[in-house]
Amino acid sequence: MTIYLDYAATTPLDPQVAERMAGCLTRDGLFANPASAHAPGRAARAAVEQARAQVAALVNATPQEIVFTSGATESDNLAIKGLAHFERGRGRHLITSRIEHKAVLDACKQLEKEGFEVTWLKPDSEGLIRPETIKAALREDTLLVSIMHANNELGTVNDIAAIGEQLKGHRARFHVDAAQSAGKIPLDLRAVNVDLMSFAAHKVYGPKGVGALYVRSQPRVNLEPLIHGGGHEGGLRSGTLPTHQIVGMGEAFRLARELLPQEAPRIHALRERLWRGLQHIEGVLLNGHSTQRLPGILNVSFPGVEGESLLYACEALAVSSGSACTAADQEPSYVLRALGRDDQLAGSSLRFSLGRYSTEAEVDQAVEIVTREYARLSTLAA
Amino acid sequence: MSIYLDHNATAPLDVRVLETVHPWLTGVHGNPASVHRYGRAAHAALETARAQVAALVNAQPAQVVFTGGGTEADNLALKGLCSGAPTGRLLVGAMEHSAVLGPAAALAKLGWQVEYIPADGEGCYDLEALQKMSKQGQARLLSVMLANNETGAIQDVQTMATLAHEAGTILHCDAVQAAGKLPVDFAALGADLMTLSAHKLNGPRGVGALIMNRRVSLTPLVDGGGQEQGLRGGTENLAGIVGFGRAAELAKAELHERISHARAQRDRLETGLRDLPGLKIFAAGAERLPNTVQFGIPGLDGEWLVMELDKRGIAVSSGSACHSASGEPSHVLMAMGLDTATAKGALRVSFGAGNTGQDADAVCAALKEIVSTLGKRVAAVGW
Repeated sequence: MTIYLDYAATTPLDPQVAERMAGCLTRDGLFANPASAHAPGRAARAAVEQARAQVAALVNATPQEIVFTSGATESDNLAIKGLAHFERGRGRHLITSRIEHKAVLDACKQLEKEGFEVTWLKPDSEGLIRPETIKAALREDTLLVSIMHANNELGTVNDIAAIGEQLKGHRARFHVDAAQSAGKIPLDLRAVNVDLMSFAAHKVYGPKGVGALYVRSQPRVNLEPLIHGGGHEGGLRSGTLPTHQIVGMGEAFRLARELLPQEAPRIHALRERLWRGLQHIEGVLLNGHSTQRLPGILNVSFPGVEGESLLYACEALAVSSGSACTAADQEPSYVLRALGRDDQLAGSSLRFSLGRYSTEAEVDQAVEIVTREYARLSTLAA
Repeated sequence: MSIYLDHNATAPLDVRVLETVHPWLTGVHGNPASVHRYGRAAHAALETARAQVAALVNAQPAQVVFTGGGTEADNLALKGLCSGAPTGRLLVGAMEHSAVLGPAAALAKLGWQVEYIPADGEGCYDLEALQKMSKQGQARLLSVMLANNETGAIQDVQTMATLAHEAGTILHCDAVQAAGKLPVDFAALGADLMTLSAHKLNGPRGVGALIMNRRVSLTPLVDGGGQEQGLRGGTENLAGIVGFGRAAELAKAELHERISHARAQRDRLETGLRDLPGLKIFAAGAERLPNTVQFGIPGLDGEWLVMELDKRGIAVSSGSACHSASGEPSHVLMAMGLDTATAKGALRVSFGAGNTGQDADAVCAALKEIVSTLGKRVAAVGW
């Protein structure tokens, strides 16, 4: 039996979420098109609106500020390209960091191809974006600042409240990719100066293929849609709404809100246990800030061995050597290199991510397996 | 118990598809991009589904790009082909779905010259007009649907593809309504790009595909992560894609039964409707989808009829679900040259797997009752 420690890549569906979804699919359920005028259509629409309210409630937004998308990657693209395209007459400059998720990096690179200028901020050695570096990079024509809340590889959490403060009085809008943090740590959109925020369902025990973008209503943020058509989602995202996916996301966010107070400290304790166990291995290094981080993610460098080799050696563990989206590249993590780790150290790291179904026994077994395999590989290398 | 006759808006998930999808909704599943065993299993399931979807339309698995639905696939086809290219002409059918008309209008704002192909009174595109348009020089793209979502009229895409190719124009075919209701052959039609949607063929919503000839190069709408050969970033909707694959497999295996089942009920309804004086079936002279009939009863508003039937437990629509709230007459019927009043009278009935002949009879009976009650009420008021 494999021990799953890759919750940052994706999470299993919570059984309660699966049950709600199953009720929105077949003839005996809420299967109709939520845009239809008839009674089955209206029932599906009501379920969608309930889910919208549940998503909004987790982050203290209003339901009208939530736009459903096909996932956080689409949300990031809609936020970044949508804002740049809408505001292109007003400026050509964007600010982001070098350790954003590929969804943000690639959307910004596409804008560069279209003639926009992007400032790529470097994180500090602990993986945090310092708010003052944002202020220094701001220009008169800056349209957007896009900084992630929690980094997917390191688990480090940026101070988005402080970054938002730096932007007050400037016309630049602030987008935050919160795919990893929503439901893991408290988020209050009324307490921070954030204009756009991306969410994924599948990182919080919801389904893959659905996400949301928070679009602040006051002051209103205008976006050019990526997908035009029937005018769904206030014209920002056309396409028949997948009721089961949206209901699944709503239920996942409702559960996250309910469980967060107990779940966060429990998972935090498991991560500490994992780190305490791994620290016995000589030379291991923790990547990212030691305290300003998500409860569930631990990124560790194992000097002298290749992360990929260790990954294959620890066959009984499902962990990753970085982001799943770049797993096939075989390149050392761009995130760790941006922190100043050399290629060798960057290439010798593993990301462990814990979640709702992780147990102490699993953590202890993982420590045992990694310790054993690391010793074996080190001997082979020597 | 309600009678659902709105399968062109969305079709309920086939329980056999749910059975296939179910294991992907429970337990631990990997991200198909992960290299560990969970990831590899997810990747294998993705590729099986890709082959199943390809087989439905006689395409190669490598030609299938999964998207978040038919609307996204249409947007990817139009915008993906045009963004980055020097602006030029676009030829778009006047009766297309809003998922094609929407991106075409967005491209028009960016300087593209969008020209609409007119339709005849029977809901078919005017091939002579198209021939003249294509002789005026190369257009970047011709976008036409295989079967209309409202009237069900089937278009001669093969001829249109020949005309397009003679002029060096790329052909995109929106086959969202046709797939699973008609035999569809990507290669034989001569399409370069084709849009499919899972939920119109009893698969899950939130997943679709763009079938593409690899000679065509597209700019992605959604960047990041490099999934779907770099054409569509984002962690794959695995359960959705697996469901789409299974639904496509079933549709292919059962296509001929489904066609005869739907046609029998639709014809039974049309026979019954003959008793309603003045009732007009739209695109009656065209070859139509076997499951679809759109018609109007003189003097009666379509949206009002939808709500009257709804009160009687029968779910139908006036036309496209995407427009059900707008109150505007159908652009499809207007393109066919109907007057506004007639177009606003439209009612669409679309059959599917769960329907029986009694459902057709129930619609007929309900409509007759509504018309006769209305007649009595009008007489009583003395209008």
